[in-house]
Amino acid sequence: MKKKLAMLLTAAMLVGSLAACGSSDNGSSATGSASATDSTKTDAAATEVSTEGKQLTVQIGPDPETIDPALNSAVDGGNMLLHSFECLLTIDQDGKIAPGQAETWEVSEDGLTWTFHLRDGLKWSDGSDLTADDFVYSWKRVCDPVVAAPYAETVLGMVKGFDEAQAGDLDALAVSAPDAKTFVVELSNPCPYFESLAAFATLSPVQQATVEANGDAWATAAETYISNGPFYITEWVPGSHITMSKNPNYWNADAIKLGSIKFVLMEDSNAAYTAYQSGDVLFIKDVPTQEIPSLQGNPEFHVEPNLGTYYLSMNLEDPAFADVNVRKALSLAIDRDYVANTLMQGTYSPAYNLVGEGWVDTDGSSFNANANGGQSYISEDFDANLEEAKQLLADAGYPNGEGLPTITYTTNDAGYHKVVAEYLQQAWGELGINVEVNIVEWSSFTPMRRNGEYMVARNGWVGDYSDPSNMLDLFCTGNGNNDGKFSNADFDAAMEKAASTMDTAERSAALHQAEDVLMEQVGCIPVAYYNDFWLQSEKITGIWHSAYGFWYFMYGDIAE
Amino acid sequence: MLKYIAKRIGLALITIFTVATLTFFLMNMVPGGPFLSEKAVSPAAQAALEAKYGLDKPLSQQYLTYMKDALHGDFGESLKQRGRTVTSIIVSKFPVSARVGGLSVIVALLVGIPLGCLAATHRGKTLDSVISVISTCGIAVPSFVICTLLLYFLGSKVKILPTYGIGTWKHYVMPVIALALYPTAYIMRLMRSSMLDVLGQDYMRTATAKGVKPFFRLFKHALRNALLPVITYVGPMMAYTMTGSFVVEKIFTIPGLGNEFVSSIINRDYTMIMGTTIFLATLMVVMNVLVDIVYKLVDPRIKLK
Repeated sequence: MKKKLAMLLTAAMLVGSLAACGSSDNGSSATGSASATDSTKTDAAATEVSTEGKQLTVQIGPDPETIDPALNSAVDGGNMLLHSFECLLTIDQDGKIAPGQAETWEVSEDGLTWTFHLRDGLKWSDGSDLTADDFVYSWKRVCDPVVAAPYAETVLGMVKGFDEAQAGDLDALAVSAPDAKTFVVELSNPCPYFESLAAFATLSPVQQATVEANGDAWATAAETYISNGPFYITEWVPGSHITMSKNPNYWNADAIKLGSIKFVLMEDSNAAYTAYQSGDVLFIKDVPTQEIPSLQGNPEFHVEPNLGTYYLSMNLEDPAFADVNVRKALSLAIDRDYVANTLMQGTYSPAYNLVGEGWVDTDGSSFNANANGGQSYISEDFDANLEEAKQLLADAGYPNGEGLPTITYTTNDAGYHKVVAEYLQQAWGELGINVEVNIVEWSSFTPMRRNGEYMVARNGWVGDYSDPSNMLDLFCTGNGNNDGKFSNADFDAAMEKAASTMDTAERSAALHQAEDVLMEQVGCIPVAYYNDFWLQSEKITGIWHSAYGFWYFMYGDIAE
Repeated sequence: MLKYIAKRIGLALITIFTVATLTFFLMNMVPGGPFLSEKAVSPAAQAALEAKYGLDKPLSQQYLTYMKDALHGDFGESLKQRGRTVTSIIVSKFPVSARVGGLSVIVALLVGIPLGCLAATHRGKTLDSVISVISTCGIAVPSFVICTLLLYFLGSKVKILPTYGIGTWKHYVMPVIALALYPTAYIMRLMRSSMLDVLGQDYMRTATAKGVKPFFRLFKHALRNALLPVITYVGPMMAYTMTGSFVVEKIFTIPGLGNEFVSSIINRDYTMIMGTTIFLATLMVVMNVLVDIVYKLVDPRIKLK
């Protein structure tokens, strides 16, 4: 008897592990969904939809933390929003502002009133009408303290009534819809790059009824994720994949060739590479770094600039960096070509300015090319730089680094950060400076850097919109991202001027002047410009990458 | 027996409570917070977020609120995966991990026990050496190496198995092998040494003298006693394996729970850390009670007190 019971119990322990999986055992596909009955129905519907037309399977990153436009602050989520939503304006293949949900728009003389005219017959993915009131609701929602949108101030800070709205009086925000097809925004001060903001995913329209009925959870399930973009989500299995199908209600649906896009939410680069090689996935963003040397020259391997700069912050409140010559010496002692092309295997580009390639000047030309009268701030001749660095250090009263305290370099351990840290140890060692490397876990690193608990720290910035002020603002006195606590009256004045003038030439001059001051004062040490690199099957046509770190798959196709 | 079980359940509750309390205060001692990003969030937005989730309150009050809610079965919302509750994440992801992990446990037992027995009965012979080489490899080679090798050969070269996701039985093959390897190897070694121990006992010699056939001698007389150390190991191993492996799930893009344990800590997703920890602690305690009961049934001489 007992023996049988023992056998039974042992068996129960084993089988119990399987029984714990519940009813989903019988399903052929693991939906991993909590509401089993509901989602099985919609899943079935989703597969029916996605079998129409071609499916493009791509890997562009892990599970996004959120795909609520108001809440998202990450590139992963941004890529999803780009395909499922459309703002008033969009960015086209050449990186220029293009009409989106708004067909035309105009700004008043004084630059304070922007009027957007929506297209005829706009619809949500569920088939209901989309009107200017939806934009009014969505923009106010971004200011709502209960929603707590991380980007609220960045995208709406210049709109009249923003402060009151963020304090809870949402109707104070000066956005209105005089009729169903007109959307008007009043600003409290001119914003020359407001068009870029009108194309910013945070300001996508969201459907009031759905959001109010479901709360934050509206953006976690395909059924309630109503959108207005070229595609709409038909299935989301967290940690596995997001499938989007063509949105037949999108105004430009005729231009869309794909039936669906499957975003595989892979995290491991080796696994992604294997899936790419086996043909399961036609596009991967996470290419294993050890494969990069062998991929150089391969037509499937792409490297394109991104609006970002890898730089070092010096804690300017530390007396060790009080002398500009010391800061300059530290900057000049870095062989940027070696760092970017050898250590970082060409996945970054050497940065001789702060504002990199990809940023647009006010007239549409390259800001980087126009900077410093067309010359880079830091010379590309490393040998001469090193000599100058040694001289500067001697001039500052520290010949061969004597008298300078040991420099602690703080960084988190990801990507090439550790390699760069080791390089700095050696490069500054050349100057006779002793460098200690302090590697900190990411979550601890960010607050440390923000609170100034470091000497020199790794830093980086990826632009939100392609206006150089987005990068230069970081060094304004009191800016929340000014980790080095750089404070310079000339710099602040130039930035102030750039923010208040609507004259493009004057604005451009002011921005360049600000960068001149920053680089002259060595407010930070730029090291490398970010690039995006990826593998893309030659079968894919019609997709493009933007310097924002986004891929536009919507108008893509797969050649047979 | 019933009294014993009641007592164990009482102890289990205290254990879980202690684990929860320690975790709560320890995780709050670690620097950093859930709403950090490389880009500074405006102070107003930061304050609004903290107020929304009650993180602006004193820690002791947060603790009381959390414990009260948890007792009522409300483990809160994830701070990072906005709009999802901790319970819904665990409920949707645990079954996936449990299926892959449960299969691995079965494979480990079905392969590990017989091979361990064989190694013991063939002590010092070639078969024993072969098995011990296999088990050493299984213990020494980390799972990411196994995963990568499997992916490379079966997924990319031979292309007989899908490289990512969970769907048909084919999707299970590689992750189950990768997960089962270590426990299989460990069980083999455990089985071999405890079997050798048992085979040297007097009653085994008696059985041989009585003329019991080798098969029965091994499986009827020796196995029951030799299994005890394996059972001790299997309980906690099962709890760990079924809650998923960070590495294996990441490499095969399996939407399981393993990833949540690690990422919640990296992200300082406080409610998620608490949820996953309490869940694992509960599972662990349940497995240990089960192990004790199975003990008693396998070896009636053991007294449960």
